[in-house]
Amino acid sequence: MSERQAAAAVPLEPPKPSSRRMWAYRLEIDPSRTGSPWWMTIVSVLLALLLCGIFIAANGMNPIAVYDKMIRGAFGSSFGIAETLVKAIPLLLCGLGVSIAYRISVWNIGAEGQFMVGAIAATAVTIYFPNLPIYATIPLMIVFSLAAGGVWGLLTAIPRTYFQVNELVTSLMLNYVGLLALDYVVFGPWKDPKGFNFPGTPMFNEAQSLPVLGDTRLHMGLLFALAAVAIYALLVKYTKWGYELRLIGANPEAARNAGIPIKRHILLVMLISGALAGLAGMSEVSGVSHRLMYGISPGYGYTAIIVAWLAKLHPVGLAVSAVLFGGLIVGGYSVQTIGLPSSISNMIQGAILFFLIAGGMLSKFRLRRNG
Amino acid sequence: MTTNAINAIEMRQIVKQFGSVVANDRVDFSAGAGEIHALLGENGAGKSTMMCMLSGVYRPTSGDILLRGERVRIRSPKDAAKLGVGMVFQNFRLVQTLTAAENIVLGEKSSFWRGPKWMKNKQEEIASIAGRFGLAFPVDRPVWQLSVGEQQRVEIVKTLYRGAQFIILDEPTSVLTPGEAEQLFATLAIMKAEGKTVIMTTHKLKEVMAAADRISVMRKGRMIHTVDKAHTNERELARLMVGKDIAAHRELPDRSPGKALLAVSQLDVYADHGRKALDGLELHIREGEIVGVAGVAGNGQKELAEVLTGLRAWKRGSIVFDGRPFKRASVRGAIEAGISHVPENRMKSGLAGSLGLVDNLLFKSYRSKERAKLGFLRIGRNRTWSQSLVEEFDVKTAGLDTPVQQLSGGNQQKLLFAREIHHRPKLMVAVHPTQGLDVGATEGVHRLLAQLRSEDRSVLLISEDLDEVMQLSDRILVLYGGRIVGEMPRGEADRERIGMYMAGLHGEEEERAV
Amino acid sequence: MELLAQIIAAAISSGTPLLFAALGGILIERSGIIQLGAEGIMLLGAVIACIAFIHTGSLAVTLLAVAGISIALGLVHAFMCVTLRANQTVSGLAMTLFGSGLSAYLGKKVSGTPIPGSVPKLNLNFLDGVPFLGPVFAHLDVLAWFSFVLVVAMHLYIHRTSWGLHLRAIGDNPPTADVMGIRVQTFRYGYVIAGTILIGLAGADMLLVYSPTWTEGMTAGRGWIAVALIIFARWNPVRALFCAYFFGAMDTIGFKIQLIGSEIPSYFLKMIPYAVTILVLMFLGWRSRNKPSGSPQSLGLPYIREQRF
Repeated sequence: MSERQAAAAVPLEPPKPSSRRMWAYRLEIDPSRTGSPWWMTIVSVLLALLLCGIFIAANGMNPIAVYDKMIRGAFGSSFGIAETLVKAIPLLLCGLGVSIAYRISVWNIGAEGQFMVGAIAATAVTIYFPNLPIYATIPLMIVFSLAAGGVWGLLTAIPRTYFQVNELVTSLMLNYVGLLALDYVVFGPWKDPKGFNFPGTPMFNEAQSLPVLGDTRLHMGLLFALAAVAIYALLVKYTKWGYELRLIGANPEAARNAGIPIKRHILLVMLISGALAGLAGMSEVSGVSHRLMYGISPGYGYTAIIVAWLAKLHPVGLAVSAVLFGGLIVGGYSVQTIGLPSSISNMIQGAILFFLIAGGMLSKFRLRRNG
Repeated sequence: MTTNAINAIEMRQIVKQFGSVVANDRVDFSAGAGEIHALLGENGAGKSTMMCMLSGVYRPTSGDILLRGERVRIRSPKDAAKLGVGMVFQNFRLVQTLTAAENIVLGEKSSFWRGPKWMKNKQEEIASIAGRFGLAFPVDRPVWQLSVGEQQRVEIVKTLYRGAQFIILDEPTSVLTPGEAEQLFATLAIMKAEGKTVIMTTHKLKEVMAAADRISVMRKGRMIHTVDKAHTNERELARLMVGKDIAAHRELPDRSPGKALLAVSQLDVYADHGRKALDGLELHIREGEIVGVAGVAGNGQKELAEVLTGLRAWKRGSIVFDGRPFKRASVRGAIEAGISHVPENRMKSGLAGSLGLVDNLLFKSYRSKERAKLGFLRIGRNRTWSQSLVEEFDVKTAGLDTPVQQLSGGNQQKLLFAREIHHRPKLMVAVHPTQGLDVGATEGVHRLLAQLRSEDRSVLLISEDLDEVMQLSDRILVLYGGRIVGEMPRGEADRERIGMYMAGLHGEEEERAV
Repeated sequence: MELLAQIIAAAISSGTPLLFAALGGILIERSGIIQLGAEGIMLLGAVIACIAFIHTGSLAVTLLAVAGISIALGLVHAFMCVTLRANQTVSGLAMTLFGSGLSAYLGKKVSGTPIPGSVPKLNLNFLDGVPFLGPVFAHLDVLAWFSFVLVVAMHLYIHRTSWGLHLRAIGDNPPTADVMGIRVQTFRYGYVIAGTILIGLAGADMLLVYSPTWTEGMTAGRGWIAVALIIFARWNPVRALFCAYFFGAMDTIGFKIQLIGSEIPSYFLKMIPYAVTILVLMFLGWRSRNKPSGSPQSLGLPYIREQRF
């Protein structure tokens, strides 16, 4: 190509129409928009329900009837509401745990495993100290579950801080280890000898069970969860420690400039995060199933991730979304009677998370006319 | 004027605005074929911006660009490459993991399959181009294994391989050893002999005199003068570059500085990738003194600021502050000792953009008894305190909870100063404190620094803006190659001398230049 | 010797899904996008394969259906990460959660039903005579052979073609690639979709070859192990082959130990692959504390073209 031709390759007028100019408008990040508006959350949930409705319809069911059935099952009766709250307890505790970690961008997805080891540790108390009085057993179970969950959390935090290992992979691997450990004890040494081969420990006695409300299954774990939310709200908003977490989450480099030791905070946060999930495990065995058994968790640890995300890590939001997702799980069970699998609720959960992040990002954009 | 009938490159009345900041103000520039043209100026004079418009990185706000006498519109680096314009940026545009040859052929669309034979042919072609221009580098090694000088050669060959007739080098010698620079100049001479137009931006006078045919001097976004090398000398160029107009002197009351505050001796500090950034540095600051550190970026300024604020560990030497030696690098230790820090990039490391004003003001003082009690922040008290600081420092904001990223640059900086000043630091380390600020905001920052001095506090002012350093400092130090190469008190500071020190010309060389 | 050959055969059979998923992940991450949705994509791939195979009985239709769902998922991930610049970690996480939920929902009807038929094997009878490894390779299924071909093809693609060069440039330094005239965003879309197809295929392979009955959550963390494998293999397809078989062996070794008649409960033996994953990651982190891990240098960073004013 001669130089003359080369110079002519980019004519001055008119501008060469390029494929990028096909659209009259383009999306552009708007720096002044930080959060997404509150209605975006609702729109996201509705869109997720719409998407799942399509799948339900594809399965030959009427989505509206299914959703109606789910809502009635979860919130339509006092029994349903109590069941929903029962499910909300572990969701709230695990959701709190992951929220604290997400505040400083530590992606703990190991709440499920931390829940398991917490349940195992609490049960260990009943196995090895079977005859303690209630005022000794319950606190001991709590302490054991907190410690076990915390250690499980640290097993994720230590590789992350000292060996640069992605915490997502570690925490997930540990979920399977926790699950297998649970299977081991319930199929193996702790199996109830009088249980007709049922994979579970012997039933807890009165002293090993959390008190329940009336004749519902709603147990004292609800108080633990509410207390934990209150403490969380207090800590993140009003304390020096909460301030430090806020700073690390917003700008780690600036936090370093303010003299905050980030590694130490990651370790502490994961310890707490794991301990809360461990407590959830304790409250589930001691408050609901009254024994450790196979399949103790229908995926509380994973649902907790979405609970946290939907709540945007906000304490009140956490309580609300824990109840919502508790309802979703109960609703999932209630549609089994019309021949739908309860895993429908898992599908809805995943879809909600998708639309939440897409919606969150979209609201940071604005439409600009191409000029 | 030039001997060529048509200028190979001509830029007419170029204006370039970034928001409200004018980077280039009606600049005319031209260069001929077979010419090495130096574009001389201090940092921020607008040289690189001009060249980025030529290479399609930016588009001019107004003005015309002519290549070989024809008006052209350069919309992207791709357009520029088609027109034969190739630019070697200061930060190389190389993919570190690819080999030199792969980097050079990157973007070439022809021949999908590239077996060893194809690559070998290309490598030979590249080696022959490189050889023709005297640019030796191993073509088959990944770029990250090459020295900086070699990487630059890869960049130059990249432009030549794509058939560039106009070759722009942005501060090419800033990363080179003197020997490598010599080699580069030899290469430029070969390009010139082949009829190519070579433009190099620089602030180093010696090199301009060694390599260029013609020299254009820019200052503060304007073209000052274009001159043939034969008709000028280093002294005149230095004067043109830094200007004679001493900006209105800030009247600082005379006062004798107090007792010694900071004593740094024999300090060796290494940068992130093992490069020695400070090399036996000596620094003394007394109470009530503003010490300005001038110098071109990358000579150890960043590391100096980091080591004094506890962010970076040192290898050798000692730091004694206020009578106590620093034991180890500790940010908290530095804060508690009374050293405050205005970092170079306020949004990256000074403020948390998504948080509100109160949280940003608390950064350094949240541990104190006034701000927190028994682990709890004193929320109400901190809000009134923040409000009073916002008023005192005149930070314009919609409210105390507005995320600070929505504040203007000047207000962000005021906020940062409010935080760093209010607890009465003994020493403030301020790095480029007025970067990106408009005139009014700059004036405000200067007033605050002067006020600190009047309260017997000290300031270490690290800045690339020579005017700022000269206006404010009691003493001016010039940092070059990790050492203080020049020091002069306020009265004796003169731009020309500072400029020479900054450019690495000191001692007897200065005498020779006369 | 017999036992070793058996272990190798078992390692290949349980390692092949890991290999497909790791290869897909390598393709995606080489272009600079983090892929953490492998678990969900594999599950969906497996359940779709199961449904399609039971309904049609045709392997071709089954694989096309898996490719179809994978393309849809890949498009979603690319749209989130490339166009919307959402957090790539969370997008992958959402994909995992959505995939496991949807697969459990879709798979309820076929759960426990064995698939009719199997993937044809490539019988190379002449290899039977070769001692030791001969029998291992004589009767492998076509998907395993496809994975071998894929490893070689990907290696050649990445290192011997112009597009491979572009791929490496996009993942390491997108601004430079853009300046050199490579369409970063378009290619990223392409690689995310192509890689997602391979991960979907991993799920299909798991169902069609490794355990031919759908059970809820049947991948049991293999998608995440594949994510770790990408790191072990330092984003290199050939190394991924060996790492995948190593983990395949870890997966089966517990079973073998039991066969020998060990007293260790099987639950602990089943923990081996998970524990090994963490330990190997820690070892790699410790070893490379001061040097590059081989990861694409712009991994996880959305690319925004500099505004040209």
